[in-house]
Amino acid sequence: MLTEKAFVLGCSAIGAGLAMIAGIGPGIGEGYAVGKTIESIARQPEAKGDCTRTMFIGVAMAESTGIYAFVVALILMFANPFIGKL
Amino acid sequence: MDGIGQGPRVSFTLPIFGGIEITETIVIGWIILLAVFLVCRFLTSSLEKIPTKKRQIVAEMFVGFVNNMVETTMGKKWKRYAPYIATLLVYAVIGALVSLLGLRSMTADFNVTLTWALMTFILITYHKIRSGGVGGYLKSFASPIPVMLPLNILSEIATPLSMAFRMFGNISGGAVITALVYSALAALSKLAHLAFEFGAVDLNVLQLFIPAVLSMYFDLFSGCIQAYIFATLTMVYVSSAADEEG
Repeated sequence: MLTEKAFVLGCSAIGAGLAMIAGIGPGIGEGYAVGKTIESIARQPEAKGDCTRTMFIGVAMAESTGIYAFVVALILMFANPFIGKL
Repeated sequence: MDGIGQGPRVSFTLPIFGGIEITETIVIGWIILLAVFLVCRFLTSSLEKIPTKKRQIVAEMFVGFVNNMVETTMGKKWKRYAPYIATLLVYAVIGALVSLLGLRSMTADFNVTLTWALMTFILITYHKIRSGGVGGYLKSFASPIPVMLPLNILSEIATPLSMAFRMFGNISGGAVITALVYSALAALSKLAHLAFEFGAVDLNVLQLFIPAVLSMYFDLFSGCIQAYIFATLTMVYVSSAADEEG
């Protein structure tokens, strides 16, 4: 017998897993940014410091969406807002 | 699932104002403050013009590193921000690295990162108002066209929130993943009959060295990089807010 709570918990777990699909985007974006940085460092080795610093800022920016998805997943798993609505 | 993804434990309760709960994070913060204070006192005691002691050279290296970082990112006239950036860096790095000692990372608490992000937000707003005046600050929300007003307000709020979430997400994400792997390794070693019990101590053979690799990435690398990124973003946002209108 499927209780209401078990159903909500299971759906929340699936939702948390689905939310983490958002990790694909930052992965692609960061890989692209790092690749381009390496290209530019190879072309101009003397600009290595500037390139690396800018890359880190950009990568941190690109990571935001992934982090948002992770926070959503964490909320679904550990601070589930739907349990209280039963 | 116990112990994974839970907030910090309450260490003790102050019996004023109906009981203020002092969490693990605050206590660890106090310990870090004390430790950093003592280390700074030790490093800067008996300074000499031409350094002969190792500790003065270490202190000068750190100060030079932060000064150089602030100068290259914000420009020469912003050198007065170096102490603030250095404080953020030291507190964030050590706050993340205390997890190596078995304590809870300070930056795995959203309250801490949100506080730092709000401090940065106040600095940004202060510099925007100072460079453009109150009217210019309010006007900047309606630029380039008044239709953009809600979007501009959203992006203003999103700045501190994304800074706080980034740091919190990275550090606590590492903690959650490490805890998940740790419990999975315990189950695996039970399956493979590699789990032994010596009285009260459980020894799971697979748990011995494998989590250390993850800890290298999530605690050492991620902690240091996130502190660096937080400091860099603070500098970039503040200097761009100040230079907006010239």
